[in-house]
Amino acid sequence: MTVNEVLPLAVIASSLLPGLIIFALPERRIGLRSALNLLGAVSKLVFVGLLLAGVAAGEEYGFRHTVLPGVELVFKADALALLFVTLSTVLWLFTTVYAIGYLEGSPHRSRFFGFFSLCVTATVGLAMAGNLFTFFVFYELLTLSTFPLVVHRGTPQAMRGGMVYLAYTLAGGALLLTGIVWLHGLMGQVDFVHGGSVAALGPQATAQLKVVFLLLIAGVGVKAAIVPLHGWLPQAMVAPAPVSALLHAVAVVKAGAFGIVRIVYEVYGVEYAQSLGLLLPLAIAAAITIVWGSVRALFQDDLKKRLAYSTVSQVSYIALGVALFGPVGTIGGLAHLVHQGIMKITLFFAAGNYAETLGVHKVSELDGAGRRMPLTSAAFSIAAFGMIGVAPTAGYVSKWYLGEGALAAGMDWVVAVLWTSSLLNAAYFLPILYRLWFRPRPAAWPHEHIPARGWRETGWLLLAPPLITAAAVLITGLFAETSWSPLAWAKLIAAREYLQ
Amino acid sequence: MTEAWPDPAAWLILLPLAWATLAFLAGPGRGGRLAIPALAAQCALALWLAVSLAESGARLHPVGGWGAPLGIDLLADGLSAVMLLLTQAVALALAVYAQAYFADAHHRHEATWFWPLTGFLIAAMNALFLSADLFNLYVTLELLGLAAVGLVAVGGGTAQIAAALRYLLVSLIASGAYLMGVALIYGTYGTAAIASLAPLIDPTPPLATWLAAGLMVVGLMAKTALFPFHFWLPPAHGGAPAPVSALLSALVVKASFYLVLRLALGPFAPLAEMAAWLAGGLGAAAILWGSWQALRTRHIKRLVAWSTVAQLGYLFLIFPLLAADGLAMQAGVMQAVAHGLAKAALFAAAGVLMRATGRDTLDGLAGVAGRVPLTLFAFGLAGVTIMGLPPSAGFLAKWLLIDAALASGQWGWVVVIIAGGLLAAGYIFRVLRRAFLVAPEDSRFHPVPRRLEWTAFALAVASVLLGLRGAELVALLG
Repeated sequence: MTVNEVLPLAVIASSLLPGLIIFALPERRIGLRSALNLLGAVSKLVFVGLLLAGVAAGEEYGFRHTVLPGVELVFKADALALLFVTLSTVLWLFTTVYAIGYLEGSPHRSRFFGFFSLCVTATVGLAMAGNLFTFFVFYELLTLSTFPLVVHRGTPQAMRGGMVYLAYTLAGGALLLTGIVWLHGLMGQVDFVHGGSVAALGPQATAQLKVVFLLLIAGVGVKAAIVPLHGWLPQAMVAPAPVSALLHAVAVVKAGAFGIVRIVYEVYGVEYAQSLGLLLPLAIAAAITIVWGSVRALFQDDLKKRLAYSTVSQVSYIALGVALFGPVGTIGGLAHLVHQGIMKITLFFAAGNYAETLGVHKVSELDGAGRRMPLTSAAFSIAAFGMIGVAPTAGYVSKWYLGEGALAAGMDWVVAVLWTSSLLNAAYFLPILYRLWFRPRPAAWPHEHIPARGWRETGWLLLAPPLITAAAVLITGLFAETSWSPLAWAKLIAAREYLQ
Repeated sequence: MTEAWPDPAAWLILLPLAWATLAFLAGPGRGGRLAIPALAAQCALALWLAVSLAESGARLHPVGGWGAPLGIDLLADGLSAVMLLLTQAVALALAVYAQAYFADAHHRHEATWFWPLTGFLIAAMNALFLSADLFNLYVTLELLGLAAVGLVAVGGGTAQIAAALRYLLVSLIASGAYLMGVALIYGTYGTAAIASLAPLIDPTPPLATWLAAGLMVVGLMAKTALFPFHFWLPPAHGGAPAPVSALLSALVVKASFYLVLRLALGPFAPLAEMAAWLAGGLGAAAILWGSWQALRTRHIKRLVAWSTVAQLGYLFLIFPLLAADGLAMQAGVMQAVAHGLAKAALFAAAGVLMRATGRDTLDGLAGVAGRVPLTLFAFGLAGVTIMGLPPSAGFLAKWLLIDAALASGQWGWVVVIIAGGLLAAGYIFRVLRRAFLVAPEDSRFHPVPRRLEWTAFALAVASVLLGLRGAELVALLG
């Protein structure tokens, strides 16, 4: 095996192996477990760094293993894969740190961190999948590895949320599998290639290809929480905060959105999909999701539920960008894949801090929390401004490119959708900020677990991750035009996609 | 064709007969020490056979140098090699499990006849996989049935004896039907050797052949517990001690399926097309009915047993697809192997869960995730195979099945396969969900030997990892 074959496998192994060892660790080996977690996260970061440098220089990384005659497990670390891999790897590191702090003293931590590592393994495997078969393998692995995390607390409410989650995602997986095998029967193995490959089947297959497209998109649309397939996401809120952060920013919803990107660009090809008339319905579905998610978010008093509906809305920006025919929309969608991740993880870290430090779970209980926890609240505020799309945050950059892309594609109504969404985002985030900063603090917090010590408003493991990711929200926005920003990488992908 | 070195095929039959007899002589419950090394040797023999087959193709071994029609031929090809490997591997793991299981004072009385019966059971199965003659197959079927009935009764409880008697009745009637069919075939064609029958049976055979084929296949379906002949299985498999349930569900029902497949691919191929739809339809009904019952039952082992009824249905879905595509046979064998490993793991894990909680109901499972995590992990992994989720061998089986169904344009089966997978997820997660609940204050957990947990885990891991090596298995089938 050459280095170019080993490196993608190393990226997968760097979370898989620590995960498997952690399962076997006794509960009390906290130090060793944390060390393994961080070792895995850091070594994954190093491997991804090597891949990034190589891909930018035009290297190709891949690995193939035959599972059945004509069916291969294929890994391919191309520019698009690395966009998602890098996001997951970086945010996994922060989430691990956060989770170590968050779960201090709670039971079943070996199980938690084992599945946590498996979840990231599934995510990077899915990102580097080189064909639909491999994508499906990791897509289902992701479902299975997140279930124990969602039900981690073992309460009846957690169980209900977990079962709803399973029902949706397994049904989605079944649709996806049907579509994949159908396509496999039509044309053999379906590798992901620039410009897609199904157009070669010719005009007599178009009717079948449209049905297959519907099956595939509905399959991944469940995880991407496209309305009306989004019902599981607010239910899955029962999970502990680090899990919600991972689910919403990196793993599950992103896997769905990423699947849409792969299917449209590298299975069907954006031009062929456009010629079949498949992109407009996708854009409409995404637009409906964007508005509906925001409207529902308005009415949630539970902070995490409000953020969950916000995710429903925001993730569909990615699908919308994909469905806008033209490179600018693509850039906007892909950049938002990263931007939404950084912003949403900051919001969930902050929400977790309010719950863990003060016992605050509801928006209506947040009065004056900004003065008690200024750093967390500052991070929350930056991310919330990002979600609204205020310059110079990362969210502004994605929205700007999406708007430009819509105009370039001649779909002016999309701009109206984006404006509506921004107004709604402001309508559900600004009241929170108002409560945080301008309302007087109550006499007592619901359950103050962690007392303030000087400037340290909560445990430093809980505080550092949101501060870093909030800084990232600003930095990726401010320096979007530099050559190492997510936006620049999205431009590289779009250039390779459209210049075929 | 005689060889200087004895054929591994013959030893695969003689060795278990030998240790079964010794275990019988050694007295109650003492056969384990002998059985485990012997089964390890059998594993090596089966592997040797498979490797030599992969190199040189199918081969015939005339026992004692007398060929058919006078003597007994042993025929080994890729299909038999796969089944032999599965049998030895699962039996070895379960023997290790059983030794620890029966060491416990509460279960020692169940071990009285376990080892000799298991030996005879495995000898009968190995002989069945290697026989090339319809009458010899009858003998192996009968021996297999009697050994299996004996194993169902080893527990000695009233319910177990009743289940065993019911099983005995079905088994005897089924072998009787099979024997009548063989007699009709012999009367019509003057031979019972599968190889010489194949060219004799044409697509428009006499009525006697139809009748014979019908009797034989229905008898075998009853032994495989295909819907609607499944009624004997849940009490028999659900009531026996865990190692016995595992042996029966993982291996014994596969033996009669193997024979149906052999007949459908060989002498009855010209007739198969007509009856294939019926077999597929019954398979589909088995999947839906078995899964539905598994979703309703309150007992862990009943749930696993009903899951067997459902999973056996997949095996019969391949018959309508056999004519259309070579994928179907691979799918069937893959499913048989995947289910064999996974079901052994599920029963082994269920045995641990019941022992840890001291209860046999799903309601008693709250909190086991924290107490026997390894076993629950094993249950979950085996469940992945049963649900047909990647990367397990069960997933590959399902993939091949859907591929074959789509290739021949038979859409209905795809819906059944997908629905069956979702229903399986439903009943597997019934167990997992309860296991994750917080244990009630008054619950008590009993310690469980680590060996029980590890063998269940090893079987489950094998069923999942086999999914990465599907190409080798398909290559062996040829």
